[in-house]
Amino acid sequence: MQRLKTAMIEKATALLTSGEVSKVLGWKKGELGFDVEPAVFTSVDSLVDFTYDAFCGANLSKYLVEESKKEGKILVFLKPCDSYSFNQLIKEHRIKKENVYTVGIECQGKVDPYKLKENGIEFVTDASETVDTVTVNGKEFKKEEIILGKCLTCTKKLLSYDDVISFNEKREPSLDRFEMVKKLEAMTADERYAFWKDQLSNCIRCNACRNVCPACTCTKCVFDNDNSGIASKANSDSFEEKMFHIIRAFHVAGRCTDCGECSRVCPQHIPLHLLNRKFISDIDRLYGEYQAGEDTESKGPLTNYTTGDVDPSDVFGGK
Amino acid sequence: MQEMNNEKKPLIVAFCCNWCSYAGADLAGSSRLSYPADVKIIRVPCSCRVNPMFILKAFQRGADGVIICGCHPGDCHYTTGNYYARRRMSLLFSMLDYLGIERERTRVEWVSAAEGAKFSAVMNDFAGKIAELGENKRLEDLRCKD
Repeated sequence: MQRLKTAMIEKATALLTSGEVSKVLGWKKGELGFDVEPAVFTSVDSLVDFTYDAFCGANLSKYLVEESKKEGKILVFLKPCDSYSFNQLIKEHRIKKENVYTVGIECQGKVDPYKLKENGIEFVTDASETVDTVTVNGKEFKKEEIILGKCLTCTKKLLSYDDVISFNEKREPSLDRFEMVKKLEAMTADERYAFWKDQLSNCIRCNACRNVCPACTCTKCVFDNDNSGIASKANSDSFEEKMFHIIRAFHVAGRCTDCGECSRVCPQHIPLHLLNRKFISDIDRLYGEYQAGEDTESKGPLTNYTTGDVDPSDVFGGK
Repeated sequence: MQEMNNEKKPLIVAFCCNWCSYAGADLAGSSRLSYPADVKIIRVPCSCRVNPMFILKAFQRGADGVIICGCHPGDCHYTTGNYYARRRMSLLFSMLDYLGIERERTRVEWVSAAEGAKFSAVMNDFAGKIAELGENKRLEDLRCKD
């Protein structure tokens, strides 16, 4: 990982010095090891704070919606999952591609700080990683134990890039991504209702999932409309947030690349990706396999149709 | 649920396409075929006009069942509208089922302007199912209820 970071800094320095790019979008060191944050670096000197380690889970592609519209070309480092979101945003004309220089970087799974906490590590002072292990504060963990949920099932490849930095160290996914969806589908309606009521009633409507989602880039969001009837914050029922989550999941259906950012940022640890994955698994099952963001041309499943599509009443195998 | 003479009756919202099902409802009426008065019809220009939020809002405001009626696939007045609606509704209803909301509360039916009898039969059947299921508790919004 150290050599990847070194190579990235070298690349950024070279491009900034040659003037090919004027900004670099990457991750900045925080005060503690786990609080790295996305940042824009504008000079070679500022790159001293640049970092890339096992805690860089954030998806950088959404920042390009704003940054690519500013003057000057920007260098961005894209992990495999970020590159799908990047492609999807290009497809939706949200990013000015000519203003972006993309560099693909490999990733072997990012650490979930909450899982570290469960393992008794509150503050990270020192961390290093190999393909299958992470060593934090001198304690070695297997990747499966402490990486983010989204990384456990990741099968994504690096897609679009102008350049790539890779040492061909790929971690194989340890879980099937639809496993939990299938488990829920096998439950009875009452059990599913109880499960979601239990999960979604934890929602505090902080809007973090919406704000981080690379598919949620509307300048005027339906949830910011006071007249929509769902923007109000006064809850009379703990499960009222279900409407918010159904609508949000539907708005990104067919466009969600399954980058898993919603679940990563949720302060209440609600498995929001399970809603999106339900749509993905239904789309795969009913309309043929589709991976949003795999290319920048194809029509999304909800903006397309075939005359032989399954009838809504037959989705569950007949009425 | 609506209250009539201290008796709770189900409330059903039917989104009907202007070009087919709405005329089908007219035909049912002029043919003297009855359908339950619990069905409140909302006329839309095309089944494709139905935003998934309309359906959720209907449930939020106390509907016990929502049915969407459009032209038969291939017969859309706007050529392709109902094909898109079909995909959307398949996914939305599957999602509602995934959240544990009774799948019988939502339905899509294709009813043409000539099918007054079908319209009446569909509505009677749907209203019967909803009456069996009773009040919609899982998608209600207490703020919107009396």
